[in-house]
Amino acid sequence: MLEIADLRAGYGGTEVLRGLSLSVGKGEVVAVLGSNGVGKTTLNKVLSGVQPARSGSVRFDGREILGTSARDIVASGLIHVPEGRKIFPNLTILENLELGGYCRPKRVRAGNIEKVFSIFPRLEERTRQYAGTLSGGEQQMLAIGRGLMSEPKLLILDEPSLGLSPLLVEEMFSLIRRLSDDGLPIMLVEQNVMQSLDLASRAFILENGSVALSGDAAELRGNPELKRAYLGL
Amino acid sequence: MYSPTIIFEALMNGLMLGAVYALIALGLTLIYGVLHIVNFAHGALLTVAMYLVWLASDRFGLDPYVAILVVTPLMFAIGYCLQRFIIGPASRGSDNGILLATLGLSIVIQNLLLAGFNSDTRTIATDYAFEIVPLGPLLLSLPRVIGLGVSVVTAVLLWAILNRTDIGKAIRAVAKEKLGASLVGINVAHVYAMTFAIGTACLAIAGGLLMPSFYVSPTTGAAFVLVAFTIVVLGGMGSIPGALIGGLLIGVVEAISSLFLGDSLGQIGIFLIFILVLLVKPTGLFGARA
Repeated sequence: MLEIADLRAGYGGTEVLRGLSLSVGKGEVVAVLGSNGVGKTTLNKVLSGVQPARSGSVRFDGREILGTSARDIVASGLIHVPEGRKIFPNLTILENLELGGYCRPKRVRAGNIEKVFSIFPRLEERTRQYAGTLSGGEQQMLAIGRGLMSEPKLLILDEPSLGLSPLLVEEMFSLIRRLSDDGLPIMLVEQNVMQSLDLASRAFILENGSVALSGDAAELRGNPELKRAYLGL
Repeated sequence: MYSPTIIFEALMNGLMLGAVYALIALGLTLIYGVLHIVNFAHGALLTVAMYLVWLASDRFGLDPYVAILVVTPLMFAIGYCLQRFIIGPASRGSDNGILLATLGLSIVIQNLLLAGFNSDTRTIATDYAFEIVPLGPLLLSLPRVIGLGVSVVTAVLLWAILNRTDIGKAIRAVAKEKLGASLVGINVAHVYAMTFAIGTACLAIAGGLLMPSFYVSPTTGAAFVLVAFTIVVLGGMGSIPGALIGGLLIGVVEAISSLFLGDSLGQIGIFLIFILVLLVKPTGLFGARA
């Protein structure tokens, strides 16, 4: 589905991604883990076309997408729900969702909004409310809902649990599981290691802009190397 | 002391003049709200619009109000191309770059106009320029009544575009959340250009409304934009309702201070307000805190 090979990117004189390779298959949840500053957010920005890469290749759905515009990437179905949600605070919930479908035909919009409301009934209760007035958890739901409006073939979730209470983190992870059970491939980029490994089938651990460790999620859970690098055990 | 009728007439005159000010400020504040820069080319583009209306009338015999229908789409296209192909690329993504590009553009436009039309003032003679509309005891100038009407219609239309259409919602989205907008597939460069185009189209309408009762020379626009800038600050930078209310308010202030201080000192009131707003409420009437 998504194949990243030897990807390099950076800002000015600093190289952030140093030959990163990973893949996400059909129907899979893949966790991309790593602490602050290993390049997770840069990777996502490159994948969604808002940050140029220096070299490497990114194939999505059989097509090279490096160098294409952010709009083309959204149109092809690779949808990125960014860290920090990046919803439109000055627009209503309904307008946020409508813009999620900006690249899709208008006639499918109402149906897609219904679908999002069935997943997030709480959003339906307050369609006219400005998104900026929502709580952190609700904003995260809106961000994912807006992503779903773009009809993803693969969803990149960047730190969906960041800044949420433990209870909401639980809720968020079970929601991601539901989305995945419906057949949506997900690339889950997280700092929340154990919960992500529970959910994912495979995982990639990043260090210094490349993959330090990868493999089956269940196996990685017991890997002493992971515990050392990550948890300081 | 003046009779109440005269004061009320001045008030109405102020409101009507203010409506056209508001239209100019509307474009300025819209561009500020989305691109986060003061468009220094706004005045020069207003002058261009006024010359286009004058040309349409002088060469093709179009009534200035009819000319609005031709000049508005033309200015829309000019605005779009300027932002998409000159200001945007020249700024290389930095806000300071956009600012400097618009400043440079204003100098180029002004000098091109000077070269093309020299510094003579041009007017359009219409047979209704001095027509009076009686409203009860008040006598109102016809071009100003039309100016108020058309400005109100334009403001409503702009509101509808921003709130009811996809591109309008995209404009509002880009104003606050550029990255989020890119990630839903909104082309930010296109939205910037559309915003600039709409702001420039507002100038075309303002130009058409001004020409029957005003003159144009290569520097005319600058005077109006100075007032419009005051309105934008008064209303709150980037606030559309602020520009409308601020425009009407400034129009009234100018009319009243002209009445009491004489025409040549009329604008003093405007700039006093400008300084007062900066001192007392720098975010303006409708401005959001950063």
